[in-house]
Amino acid sequence: MSASPNLSHPQRTASPPRLHRLRRELFASPLDGLITIALVASLAAAATGFLHWATTQARWAVIQANSNLFAIGRYPIEQQWRLWLLVTLLAAATGLSWGLLRAWPRADRRGSAWPPNDTIAAALLTAISFYVPLALHAQAGIQMRWWAITALLLLVRAAAGRWGPLVPRQLRPLLALLWPVLYLIGMVLISGGLGLMPVPPAEWGGLLLTLVEASFAILLCFPLGVLLALGRRSALPLLRWGSVVYIEFIRGAPLITLLFLGQNILGFLLPGGLAPDRVWRAAWVLTFFAAAYVAEAVRSGLAALPPGQLEAARSLGLNLPQSLMHVVLPQALRVALPATVGQFITLLQDTTLLSLIGLLDLLGVARTVMANPAFLGRNAEVYLVLAILFWCCCAALGLGSRALEHRLNPNTVALNTSAHKA
Amino acid sequence: MAPLPQSTGGVTPWWRNRRLIPWLVQGAAGLALLVLVAFLLGNLVRNLTAAGLLLSWGWLDNPSGFDIAETLLPFNAGLPYWRALLAGLVNTVRVVVAGLVGATVLGTLVGTASFSSNGLLRRLARIYVEVIRNIPLLLQLVFWYFVVFLSLPNGTAAIQLPGLVLAKSGLYLFQPELVDGVWHAPLRFTVEFVALLTGLVVYTGAFIAEVVRGGVAAVPAGQWEAARSLGFNPLQTLRRIVLPQALRVIVPGLNSQYISLAKNSSLAVACGYTDLYSVAETTLNQTGRAVEVVLILLGAYLVIDLLISALMNGLDRAVQLRER
Repeated sequence: MSASPNLSHPQRTASPPRLHRLRRELFASPLDGLITIALVASLAAAATGFLHWATTQARWAVIQANSNLFAIGRYPIEQQWRLWLLVTLLAAATGLSWGLLRAWPRADRRGSAWPPNDTIAAALLTAISFYVPLALHAQAGIQMRWWAITALLLLVRAAAGRWGPLVPRQLRPLLALLWPVLYLIGMVLISGGLGLMPVPPAEWGGLLLTLVEASFAILLCFPLGVLLALGRRSALPLLRWGSVVYIEFIRGAPLITLLFLGQNILGFLLPGGLAPDRVWRAAWVLTFFAAAYVAEAVRSGLAALPPGQLEAARSLGLNLPQSLMHVVLPQALRVALPATVGQFITLLQDTTLLSLIGLLDLLGVARTVMANPAFLGRNAEVYLVLAILFWCCCAALGLGSRALEHRLNPNTVALNTSAHKA
Repeated sequence: MAPLPQSTGGVTPWWRNRRLIPWLVQGAAGLALLVLVAFLLGNLVRNLTAAGLLLSWGWLDNPSGFDIAETLLPFNAGLPYWRALLAGLVNTVRVVVAGLVGATVLGTLVGTASFSSNGLLRRLARIYVEVIRNIPLLLQLVFWYFVVFLSLPNGTAAIQLPGLVLAKSGLYLFQPELVDGVWHAPLRFTVEFVALLTGLVVYTGAFIAEVVRGGVAAVPAGQWEAARSLGFNPLQTLRRIVLPQALRVIVPGLNSQYISLAKNSSLAVACGYTDLYSVAETTLNQTGRAVEVVLILLGAYLVIDLLISALMNGLDRAVQLRER
C-alpha cells in the first residue's frame, strides 16, 4: 500500500511514505486516533514519573554498595581469584567458539569473518563492559579487570576468526568438547578440591548460586527428560506407566512443595550422612522437576514425527537404540527445541524460589540486603535491577533459541545453499 | 521387520530373541525400581522411627496455637491443626478463583488487542507479554507487595474511586466510609490478598494473551472478511464469528494456564498471604510432621488441578464443533 500511494490516493503524494504509514497505523479512524492519544498521554506520564523517580528519589547506592554480594554472595575474599580465573576462561572460550564458528565455512553461510551482526554484538559488549562497572562505582582495579576480560574475549574472537581456517578438519569436532570440559573445570574452581581449598556451597550466593543451580539443572534435566519422553512412548507397559506416573506426579505439584519435600524429607529417605547439603538438594529437586516438563516438550516433538521414520530405520537394519539416536531423536528434538528452551527459561526463573527455602540466590541476597537497616525501604531499586537482569538473561535465551531453530531448519539451509550456488 | 539372521544360523541365540528381550528389559527396570523404592521406604521408616515421627494423623486434632490474619471460616489459635489447614485451603481456593476470572479477562483483552487496527495498541500488547513472561513471577509478586501496595497511603490520602477505596490497610468495596481515620466497608480485602491477586493476574494474563492470540490467529482470515462483508462491525465480528471458532483452540491452552495459576498461588507466602502452603510450613515448623504435611500439600494441589481439568474438559466438549 505504501509502495504505490500516488496511484490510490493522488491527493497524498506530497506526504512522505513514512508519515503515511504512521497515519494509517495510528489514526485510521476517529476511535483509533482517540486510543492513540490516550495511550501516548498515559505513556508519557508514566515515563516522566519513572524518570523523575529514577533521577531524584531513587538511591542507587544500595546496588553499588552491595554489587559484590549480588554477584557472588559470601564467597571468601581470599578465594575470589578462582572466580576471576573462571570468568577469564569463560571469556576466552566464548571468543574462541564465536570466532571458530564464523571461520569454518558452512553450507548455509557465506564466508564472512565479521558479519554486521557481530560488529553490533562486539560494540554492545564493549559498551556494557565499559559502562556497567562505572555505573556500579566499582574499584579501579575491578574496572580494569572487566575491561581486560572483554578485550581478551574480542581479541580471541578476532584471532580465531582470522586463523580458524588453518585448523585441520579432523580436529574441528573437538570444539564441542570445550564447553563440557570447561564446565567441569568451573565446578572445581567454584567448589574447590583437587588441591584447591574447598568452599562449601553454603557460602555461594547471588548470581553465582543462581547460575550454578540453573546450569546444573538445565544440563541434567535434558537427558532425563528425553529418557522419560521415550519411556512414555515405549511399547513396554512398565516403562510407559512408570514414566506417565512420574511426569504427572511432578506436573501436578507446585515447585515450592517439591522444594519443601526436598529440604524436609530427603534427609529421611537416604541413610544418615548420605543426603546432600541444602544447596545440592535444591539443585536435584530443580533437575527432577524440570525433567518432567522437558519430557512433555520432547514428547510433542516425538509425536510430530511420522511413525514411518522409525519403521524405515528399523527395516534398514538399525537396532532400536541406533534408530533412536540417528533417525528419530535428531528430528524430534529439532521440533521440540522451542518448547524445551522455553522450559529452560522457566527453570532459570524458578531458581528465585530458592529464596523461599532460605537459600541465598539473587532474590535471597536481595532480601538480606533489604533487611539491612542502612538500605531499608530500597525495594524498588533492587527489584528493578533484578528484573532487568532476569529479563536480559531470559530474552537472550529466547533469541538464541530462535537463531538455533532457524539454523537447524533443513528448509532454510537448503534455501541458502541454493542461493549461494546461484 | 528386518530379516533376521535366524534363517542362516538355525536356532536364534536368546539375546536376539525379539520376544524375550522386552521382557528382560522390563524385568530389569522393574527390579531396579523395586529395589530403589524398598531402599528409600526402608530408610524412611527406619529414620522416622528413630525420630519418633512414624506416620500418624492424631496430631491434626491438637490445638494449633497460631492465628491466621484473614480467613473466610472463623478461626483462632485454639482450634486444631486440621481447621488451620482447611482455612489455608479455603484461602488458596479464594485467590485461585478470583485469579482465574481476572487473568481470563485481562488475557482476552490483551490477546485481542494484538489484532487491533491501532499500531500502538498492538505493539503495547506485545511489549506487555514479552516483559512479563521474561521476569520471574516471585520477583513480580514481591514487587507488587513491597513496592506498590505497601507504599499506598492510609486514611484520607488513600486512592478513592466511586464505590472503591484502595489503602495500605486493604481494598474496600461497596460504599466505604472513613470513621476516625480508618476505612470501613461491607467488603474488605487485605492488601496481601490484593497484591497476590494482582501479581497472579498480571503474570498469567500475559500467558493467556498468547493463548488467545494463537487461537484467534488460527481462525482463517476469510472468516473476518466474510463477516465484514455481511455488515458486521469489528466488535460484532470478533464476538459472534471469530471468538466462538477461536475457543476450540483456546480452551485446551487455557486449561494448562489455569492449572499453573493454581500451582503458582503457592507463592503467596512471599506477599504475606496465608494460603495452604504457608499454613503447612508453619505446621511443619511446630510439629515436625514432614511426611504428613507434604502428603497433605501434594494431595490438596492434585485435587485442585484435577477439578480445574475436569471443568475445562467439560467446557472443551461444549465448544467443540458438533457434527450433525
